[in-house]
Amino acid sequence: MSTAERLAGKLPQIVTLPQTKLARTVAWYFWRVVFAALMLAGAYATYVRITSGLGGVTNLSDRFPWGIWIGFDVLCGVGLAAGGFTLVAAVHICNLERYKPIVRPAVLTAFLGYILVVVALLFDLGRPWNIWHPLVMWNPRSVMFEVAWCVMLYSMVLTLEFVPAVLERLQWKRTLAWLSAISVPLVIGGVILSTLHQSSLGSLFLIVPNKLYPLWYSPMLPVMFFVSAVCAGLAMTIFESWHSSRSFGRQLEMPLLNGMARLLAVLMAVFLTIRFLDLLHRDALRLLLENRTETWLFGLECALMAIPTVLLFSRRVRDNPTSLYFMALLVLFGFIANRLNVSITGMEAASGVHYVPRWTEVAITLAICALGFAVFRWAVLNLPVFEERE
Amino acid sequence: MCIGCRACEQSCALRWNLPWNETVGSEERLSAHKLTTITTHDGRYSRRLCMHCAEPTCVSVCPVGALEKTALGPVVYDASKCMGCRYCMTACPFQVPVYEWSNRVPRVRKCDMCRDRQMAGKPTACAEACPTGATCCGDRDALIAEARRRIAEKPADYYPRIYGLREAGGASVLTIAAVPFEQLGLRTDLPSQPLPGLTWAPLSHVPDVVSVGSVLLGGVWWITHRREEVARAEGSPRRQEPRS
Repeated sequence: MSTAERLAGKLPQIVTLPQTKLARTVAWYFWRVVFAALMLAGAYATYVRITSGLGGVTNLSDRFPWGIWIGFDVLCGVGLAAGGFTLVAAVHICNLERYKPIVRPAVLTAFLGYILVVVALLFDLGRPWNIWHPLVMWNPRSVMFEVAWCVMLYSMVLTLEFVPAVLERLQWKRTLAWLSAISVPLVIGGVILSTLHQSSLGSLFLIVPNKLYPLWYSPMLPVMFFVSAVCAGLAMTIFESWHSSRSFGRQLEMPLLNGMARLLAVLMAVFLTIRFLDLLHRDALRLLLENRTETWLFGLECALMAIPTVLLFSRRVRDNPTSLYFMALLVLFGFIANRLNVSITGMEAASGVHYVPRWTEVAITLAICALGFAVFRWAVLNLPVFEERE
Repeated sequence: MCIGCRACEQSCALRWNLPWNETVGSEERLSAHKLTTITTHDGRYSRRLCMHCAEPTCVSVCPVGALEKTALGPVVYDASKCMGCRYCMTACPFQVPVYEWSNRVPRVRKCDMCRDRQMAGKPTACAEACPTGATCCGDRDALIAEARRRIAEKPADYYPRIYGLREAGGASVLTIAAVPFEQLGLRTDLPSQPLPGLTWAPLSHVPDVVSVGSVLLGGVWWITHRREEVARAEGSPRRQEPRS
């Protein structure tokens, strides 16, 4: 009898993931050593970035000007932070109150996600000190201009959505009351801004019809980017709940995660349907018969997305914390594969060069991720992120 | 007509204060120190430089408007506005803009069609330097007429098309050659419509998303919270029904 079967038979409403004392101690040291190593490597790479420019620290070239800092840090970072607006919309607009306990961690993830995206941008931009230029130098015909404004405004919204956690700690009641008075327009604005820039990150690639391989280039890119970002946001919320439960000994709200997993399954099915209908209408399905790297990468991406989609429709998979966690992880990998295929591997053939990130590029990306995890942990331990259980 | 003497490259390097020697000459690709280049294809010569499109993709994608299409024709770049996102490089269908990768204060580099010279009524440096008249400079309509005249005069020597007439909506740099253009390494798979329309299609719906979205979300909020109010008024303290 497998764990899944045992749990399906008699399902506890709330699960605490067990961890032995020894495992905890080992993990405590292990993650600190890993974190220190990543920070050191990141600090060195940052030094090289500052002293010798983009050429000294990346493998980017005139033929391949965007690498993993854009493809992973920005495109994936923004998408993985989509859980914030999704849960805020569910709870504060659709009034699904029972999801309230996981809104704040999701908003925190989103808030940190956006800050880290901006940090990554500061590394990637050739002239990062000009990052404020879109504020005063306008070009409304540019997708990048729209993304810049949306990301900036939405970061402010996220700050205002998360700051109550800090204010509660400080007991600033009047500011809290003031924030709660503007919360409805704030929340609606946040959802609209997210819709706009999540889809616009896909629109960025509409301008390269001759560079992006046809399995990815599609006029539907904005729609597909939006739907997949919502999926990634939900998967990320499940992922982060599972980890919080393990490392803080918190209880896992299985009924909530189960509900989200259902929505995730439906949205993933919608995404895959759009994806394949689009290929069908563009007559691109025949490309799958070609034995090219792109075909295999497409296959990998679709497998990573289709497997959890199908399995998440099973109640048994959703009710078991471990299998649910792995399904969420597969969705996240599928999402990351999709973004990297659009921004990097799908662009390679037309560029005529082969791009492999230099170790310093990877070091900075990992250091930024590690920083995100560390700050999240600090915030959870020091701020009222998770509601006290009555 | 081109004899591959690279006088255009040298005059261009001189104008931009860039180094030019035999080694640079043998690098047949655009780079931060080479804004135009001769390319060799089976003994035939061709040239690469910014196409100065009629509706430039780079100008449309730049978030800060650092690139501009001037009335005279040249597409020019203002480094002081640039924040270095390199979207122009990703977007350019002709893969023209290049970057100063090793510079700590990097610029995008590209041919500006000698804008200052053109404004003074002079031809571009490369056209002036060309000893054979393979590169010439002038009014676009006059150049199209000249190209057609050359093709009509020696139909056996020319592939009967003008590159740059329609590519990506047309460009200010035109090329005629003896062989189909793809044999000279030029992209021939470009649509004849300008590319900026592709991103403008979704961008133009931003106001719609904002207005419809606000009304819709506001409406959903009103309905879902109204239900709760009604429930409270009726005295049943039931919360939102859990969705099964």
